Amino acid sequence: MTAPSSTSLSSVVDLNGPGNYIHWGFLQISWANAIVILLMIAVFVLALFLPFPTGRKR
Amino acid sequence: MSAGTPDVTGAPASSNWTARLRTRSLRAFPPEDLMPERQPAYVASWIYVFGVLTISAFVVVLASGAWIAVYGPTWWHTSSVGHFVNSLHLWSTELFFFFMVIHLWGKFFMAAWRGRRALTWITGVVAFLASIGTAFTGYLVQTNFDAQWIAGEAKDGINSAGVGAFWNVLDVGQMLLWHVTLLPLVVGALVVLHVLLVRARGVVPPIGVDEDGTFDPEFKAGV
Repeated sequence: MTAPSSTSLSSVVDLNGPGNYIHWGFLQISWANAIVILLMIAVFVLALFLPFPTGRKR
Repeated sequence: MSAGTPDVTGAPASSNWTARLRTRSLRAFPPEDLMPERQPAYVASWIYVFGVLTISAFVVVLASGAWIAVYGPTWWHTSSVGHFVNSLHLWSTELFFFFMVIHLWGKFFMAAWRGRRALTWITGVVAFLASIGTAFTGYLVQTNFDAQWIAGEAKDGINSAGVGAFWNVLDVGQMLLWHVTLLPLVVGALVVLHVLLVRARGVVPPIGVDEDGTFDPEFKAGV
C-alpha cells in the first residue's frame, strides 16, 4: 500500500508499525479482523430485530 | 413469430434453436417471476436486504476495478485520484464480504435450501469460494511489499495443496490475469445464475411459514 497522505483519515489510526493482535491460548487474531467480525455479528442481530419500514400493506 | 410459424426457410420455427431457447427460457424464467412487483409479507425484514447489498457492493468493485485497470499501478500508487479509486476498490470489497457473510448467516439459519432451492444455495456457496480466490489474487497484484509478503507466505500453502506448479502465486502476471479476467467472470456468472434461481424459485420463507406466507400448522404442532 502506498504511503498515506498527511491529511487522510488514515492518520486517525497509526498504520506505520506492526499490527495489534489478540492472543488467547492457541487463538490469534488481529484487532482489525476481530472488530470486523464483531461488527458483522452486531449488524446481523440488528437485522433480525429492528422493525422493517413498510410503506403499504403487502 | 409464434413457436409453430414457419420461418423464411420453410422450416417450422420449433426446429429453430433460437426459438427453442426462447421457449425454454420463458418457461424457466417467466417475466412476472424475473421482475415481480410484489413479494410475500415475510420479505419485509432487514435480513432479506443483504443479498442485494452484496450485489450493490459487487457493482462498485467491478466499476472501481475497471477504473484502476485502465490507468495501471503507477497511477494508483502515485496520484491522489488513483489512491482514492484504489481505496474504493478495497473498501467496496470489504463491504462485499461483510454483506455476503451476513447474507450467508441469514440463509444458513433459515435453511434456505428448502423448497427445491438446493442449486440456489450451491451457487451461492461456490460464488463465495470464488470470491475468496478473487480477493486473494487482488492482494497479490497490489504491486507493493504487502503483495510480495502475502505471495511469499501463500506459496507454501498452495504448494502443500499440490497445485503450486500450475497455480504460482509468485507469478504476478498469472495472478493479475486470474484477478482481472477469469475469476471476475466466474463470480459474475455465478451471481447472475444465483439471482435467476432466486427469481425462479422465489425468496425462501422463514422456517414454519409456507410459501404463501401463512403459518405451517404442522410446524406449529411440532410435527
